[in-house]
Amino acid sequence: MKLIVCIKQVPDTAEVKLDPKTGRLIRDGVPSIINPDDKNALEAALRIKDENEGSTVTVVSMGPQQADIAMREALAMGADEAILISGREFGGSDTWATSYIIATALKKIGDYDMILCGRQAIDGDTAQVGPQIAEQLGIAQITYARDIKLNGRTVTVERMLEDGFQVVEAELPVLITAIKELNTPRYMTPRGIYKAYEKQVKIWGFADVPVDEAKIGLKGSPTNVNKTFSPEQKGKGEMLEGADRNTVKTLVEKLAEKHLL
Amino acid sequence: MVKIIIENCIGCGACEAGCPVGAISTASGKAAIDYDTCIGCGACVSNCPCEAIENEDAAKSAQVEEAKPAEYHGVWVFAEQRGGELNPTVFELLGEGKKLADKLGEKLTALLLGNGVDALTDELGAYGADCVIVADDSLLEDYNTEAYAKVVCDLVRERRPEIMLIGATSLGRDLAPRLSARLYTGLTADCTALEIDHETRGLLQTRPAFGGNVMATIITPNHRPQMSTVRPGVMKKAPRDASHRAQVERVSVELSASDIHTRVVKTVKELKQTVNLVEAEIIVAGGRGVGSREGFALIEKLAETLGGVVGASRAAVEAGYIGVDHQVGQTGKTVRPRIYIACGISGAIQHRAGMQNSECIIAINKNAEAPIFDIADYGIVGDLHKVIPMLIEELSAR
Repeated sequence: MKLIVCIKQVPDTAEVKLDPKTGRLIRDGVPSIINPDDKNALEAALRIKDENEGSTVTVVSMGPQQADIAMREALAMGADEAILISGREFGGSDTWATSYIIATALKKIGDYDMILCGRQAIDGDTAQVGPQIAEQLGIAQITYARDIKLNGRTVTVERMLEDGFQVVEAELPVLITAIKELNTPRYMTPRGIYKAYEKQVKIWGFADVPVDEAKIGLKGSPTNVNKTFSPEQKGKGEMLEGADRNTVKTLVEKLAEKHLL
Repeated sequence: MVKIIIENCIGCGACEAGCPVGAISTASGKAAIDYDTCIGCGACVSNCPCEAIENEDAAKSAQVEEAKPAEYHGVWVFAEQRGGELNPTVFELLGEGKKLADKLGEKLTALLLGNGVDALTDELGAYGADCVIVADDSLLEDYNTEAYAKVVCDLVRERRPEIMLIGATSLGRDLAPRLSARLYTGLTADCTALEIDHETRGLLQTRPAFGGNVMATIITPNHRPQMSTVRPGVMKKAPRDASHRAQVERVSVELSASDIHTRVVKTVKELKQTVNLVEAEIIVAGGRGVGSREGFALIEKLAETLGGVVGASRAAVEAGYIGVDHQVGQTGKTVRPRIYIACGISGAIQHRAGMQNSECIIAINKNAEAPIFDIADYGIVGDLHKVIPMLIEELSAR
C-alpha cells in the first residue's frame, strides 16, 4: 500500500496574542506546528502502514524551507519519505494554484493507493485544497472522515455530517480528508527522532515539478486579496466594579432594565 | 514577488498594518519586506495608498484560460437538500443572492439537484428565486461528490452564471472546491459578507483569513463564475412571499453509474443531544479558564438557570472539556443570541468572529487585560468559579 499524506506547516493560531494597547497582533514568537487535522491524516496513514506489511508513507508539503521542521516531525512519527515543494515561484498561490502544484507533484510520484489530507488548515480554514487535489488527479474523494477501514482495495469511511454520519465506500485510489475525531496522533519516539535525522527531506523546487508557470503563484491564482482589515470591533461597554455579591446584583438589575431577562 | 518602490513610499504603515503574516516593517521610515516571512499574497499591493508596492509577477502575467467576464450573467444559488428537505442556509443564500442580483440587474436562479424534489420549487420561488433549474434523477438521490459535480459543472459551462453561491455546510464544502478545480475558477470559503464592486461589477467576498486574525476581501477578477461558500447563520434569510413564483425548468441529466466511484452505504442520524447554538436566545460559553470538564457543570447550570444553551471556545474544546458541537467561533458556529455570557474566554479574534454580533455580551474573566472585555457590554473581572454561583443564586431569586 502506497500512502501519501499532504501536510501543512502553520502558525499555531491559538498562540497568537493581541497587544492590549494597540490592539494589533503580536506575531513574534508564534510557534509553527504541523496543522492539527493533517496530523490525524498522518496517524491514519501510519496505522494502515502498521497493519499492512510493505506499506510506505510519503509526506508531501508545500511551503517555505523552514517547513523542513514539520517534515522531520512527520518522519520522526514514522513516515518513510518526505518531499517539500518549495520555491519563490510558488508563493502567492491561492487554493486553486496550490492544489494544482501539489497534484502535479503527486502525478510525478505517480504510484499511490490512498492520499490523506487534513480537513482544513487552521491558518486558512478553507477545506478546499484536499478536494481540489482529488479533482486535479481525477480520483474520488471522501471528506470529513472519522473512521477509515480498509479491506483489500475497498475502503469504507464514516463521513461526518452536521447531524450524524454517512458510511461511504470506494475503491482505491481515493483521497480522504481527516477530522480530529478520526484518531489520536502518536508522539515522536526518541528512536524515531534519531532515524528522522538519518533521512533526507527531499526539496522539490520549481524545476522539479512540471507545472505550467502561468497557472501558479499570484498570477496563476483565480482569486486575489483585494484588501485586508482588522475585524470590526464592537465598542467597549461598562466594566462593573468588583466581583462580589453586589456586582452580580448590579448586573442582574441592568439586564432586567434592558428587558434582556 | 512583491517589491517596494522606495521613491514612492511615504512610510505610512498601511502595508505593515494590513500584512497578514507580519512580513513588512516601516521602522526605518520606509517599508521593507522580510522575504522569509512573506507569502506573496499581494494584500500590501492593494493596501498601499501611493502605489509604492508592486507585484512583479502580475506585471508580466501571461493570462491563460481566462473566462471573458462579460459573457457571464446572473446569480446562482445551490439549493442544497437532503431527503427532500432544503437546508436552512438555502434561504439565507436566496436573501443574499437576491441583493446581489438586484444590484447587477440580473436574475436569481436556484439550482436544485435530487430525486423527486419537484415539490421544493414552490418554496424556492417563495423565497425569491426568479428561476429554478431542476435536475432530477435517481442517481442524484443521495449526495455524491462526483455525480453532483458533473451535473453542476455541465450546467455552469452551458449557462455561464457570473456568481455562484453555495452554503458552507459539510455538503457544500465538499462540492464547491471540486467545482472550482474543474472550472478553473476562484472559490472563496466561508464568506461572511458579499458586495458588488460598482466599478467592475465584480464580487467582493469578505471572510476572516489567516486564522481569523484579519478580515480579507477576496476578488476573482478574471475567472468565472465567481464562487463563494457562505457561512451558515450570517446572511439574512429572504422574506417569504407565497405569491412569488419562480419559472421552473427541468433539465435532463447525463449521468451513468460509471461516473460515480463512491457508494453511500447508509446515512445515520445520530441521537446525540443536538446543540442548537445558532438559534439560541441565550448562550453561556466557557473557555480555557473554566479549567476542567467538571468545571463545565457550572457553565451548564448557569445556562439552565437562564434557559439557554452551552457554548465553548476552541481552547475549551481542544482541551477536551466539552464536545465540538458546542464550539463558537471561526471554526465553530456563528451565533447572535440576545445574551452571550463569556466565562473564562480570553476572546481571541477567532472566537469573537463567531459571537461579536450578539445583542448583549457579558464577560467574566480573571484577567482584566483579556481582549473579550473590549467587546463586552458588561465586564466583571473576577474568578468565574466564585462569580457564577452568586449569579445563579441572584437569577434564581428573581
